[in-house]
Amino acid sequence: MYIDYYKILGVDQNTTQEEIKKAYRKLARKHHPDLNPNDKNAKSKFQQINEANEVLSDPEKRKKYDQYGKDWQHAEQFETEHKPEYSETQFEGDFSDFFRSMFGEAARAGRSRQAKYRGEDYSAELHLNLIDAYETHKQTLTINGKNIRITIPAGIENGQIIKIAGHGGSGINGGPYGDLYITFLIANHPKFKRLGNDLYTKVDLDLYTAVLGGDITIDTLNGKVKLKVTPETQNGSKIKLKGKGFPVYKNEGQFGDLYVTYSVIIPRNLTEKEKELFTELSKL
Amino acid sequence: MENLIPADEFCANHNIEISFIYSLQETGLIEITTIEETGYIHTSQLQELERIVRLYYELDINLEGIDTINHLLQRINDMQDEITALRNRLRLYETNE
Repeated sequence: MYIDYYKILGVDQNTTQEEIKKAYRKLARKHHPDLNPNDKNAKSKFQQINEANEVLSDPEKRKKYDQYGKDWQHAEQFETEHKPEYSETQFEGDFSDFFRSMFGEAARAGRSRQAKYRGEDYSAELHLNLIDAYETHKQTLTINGKNIRITIPAGIENGQIIKIAGHGGSGINGGPYGDLYITFLIANHPKFKRLGNDLYTKVDLDLYTAVLGGDITIDTLNGKVKLKVTPETQNGSKIKLKGKGFPVYKNEGQFGDLYVTYSVIIPRNLTEKEKELFTELSKL
Repeated sequence: MENLIPADEFCANHNIEISFIYSLQETGLIEITTIEETGYIHTSQLQELERIVRLYYELDINLEGIDTINHLLQRINDMQDEITALRNRLRLYETNE
């Protein structure tokens, strides 16, 4: 697909080399990935700008682009008329198919400082549910076609980012590999809400147990628990179950607390006898 | 010593002048450990140092500019952490329907 490099740099075809340089600098500063660490689009935008500059700042490439850009499939013709002066070298960044078709693999000679850089950092998102995050477990991820088996420690937070060193892109000119950053996205649980290491849940309590007290069984994330309900428990009252919350990240054996809010359910469809008794109670 | 990289080796690999590394030390952007008159960079600083090299050489940003950028990026990071914490707190009040 044809790429309009002039449009990318926001300049027109008659622009001078100096103006192209100026336009590139301005856009590069705006979109450089180092200045936009959490912007997923910054990297591709920066690559486009780089590619446009790569072509337009080099008089030879610019000439070829101006002549054959829109008709790039027939650009080989140019090669026979103008011998390219550049020699073989490796690409420093990613280039579009359009660029490769027009300028081939040998297009970057003489421009790179040939520095060794570590590879680019990769970012990935991993969706978990609350139960997954409750226990330390291993998971295999496929990043750029490569399988990576990682251990996810219990207690990982929604939005937490972990770094897997050396699993990013390969280094440039023999530099080390970049890192992989995984953001964990933990879905809400239908019964339990989480805040840090504590869990919150609502438990329905029938009127009679709330008034007279009694034993109930409730669910926690690691099984059922028996609870003693004190007489005259009010609607909305809260109790704390120590150590029944979420595991503390990278602190094995430590757990947050579980907060249970009672929701007292008023009986419906009362029988005549029940109505009678409630009336009697109200008159006491 | 195993976590230290000789500064001159870093400079040779990145095709930069050693004086640049020392100017970074002077402005407090990185720390250099000197052992027997040789400057070393701790590997924990490598990523940051490479970022500074890119900003300086690729974008022509001077050291004062890089220092300012670092402060602003730190503020953005802190704010993003705060947003994540607030979003997680907000989930307490969201219904699942």
